[in-house]
Amino acid sequence: MKRIVLLIIGIVFGIIMYKSEAASWFRIYEMFRFESIHMYGIMGVAVGFGILFVQLIKRFNIKSVDGEPIKIAPKEKSFTRYMVGGIIFGLGWALVGACPGPIFVMIGAGFVPMLIVFIGALIGTYIYGVLRDKLPH
Amino acid sequence: MDFLFKPWPWYISGFLIALTMFVLLLLGKKFGMSSNLRTMCTICGAGKKTSFFNFDWKADSWNLIVVLGAVIGGYIGAHFLSDGSMPDISEATRASLDSLGISENNAYLPQELFSLDNVMNLKTIAILLGGGLLIGFGTRYAGGCTSGHAISGLSNLQLPSLIAVIGFFIGGLIMVHLLYPLIF
Repeated sequence: MKRIVLLIIGIVFGIIMYKSEAASWFRIYEMFRFESIHMYGIMGVAVGFGILFVQLIKRFNIKSVDGEPIKIAPKEKSFTRYMVGGIIFGLGWALVGACPGPIFVMIGAGFVPMLIVFIGALIGTYIYGVLRDKLPH
Repeated sequence: MDFLFKPWPWYISGFLIALTMFVLLLLGKKFGMSSNLRTMCTICGAGKKTSFFNFDWKADSWNLIVVLGAVIGGYIGAHFLSDGSMPDISEATRASLDSLGISENNAYLPQELFSLDNVMNLKTIAILLGGGLLIGFGTRYAGGCTSGHAISGLSNLQLPSLIAVIGFFIGGLIMVHLLYPLIF
């Protein structure tokens, strides 16, 4: 049952990504040129309501459907990994105009060459795993 | 029902993205797409040689179901809820496309990069593969991507996520303003 719910959430998320145009290279390119409010509006509204929802969970101790307390694991404190990793990610995001979610959404939409991006992302993830102990975090 | 078929305004989309995260939290899960890439590496056997991939991927397999849904959602969005037209970007952005060799009359994604006819040349493959490499490496190094850091992390007011998002933008601005003229 839970799996069906998760599948539906994924489907709805994919439709949102497509219809919001957040999965389009053109919108990402436009965003980095500061020529439209579109992407900033999407992220601003998402984070605004996101903060509200997270605060609701915390204030009212809302439990998950399993009856467990909802905990959002804090990220470890660091600067280097977030800044350097973030910059590397940003370079790729702007180059192909897709972040991990939209990569999958665009494969579903039928853009076969996005599979090359997907394979690249898998290799990149693997390289990180191999080099992890040698990288500053 | 007409509104379903038009591009959705940003204030609706932004709200729905936050709602997606909220529902996942209520299910005891989290909203993060890039960790699936690690899970997929593990399934491919990467855990045998590298400890980073040696984890109980079955505990994270729920997220693969979400991603499978996202693929289906992309199919539905493209085939049943739109005509695949190019986003209505600003005039200034449109006018700048020419210098990149990208047509102003295009599809949802630029045909120059994402059509089967044009992908069979080394430069395009290098761009797509290189972009993917940067995304995969960067997102794991930073510990999350746009969904995990920019939406989930900022919603939880986490400082590391703010640093990561600032990094995302530094990288993106360097790419579009400094490297695009060299690449395209």
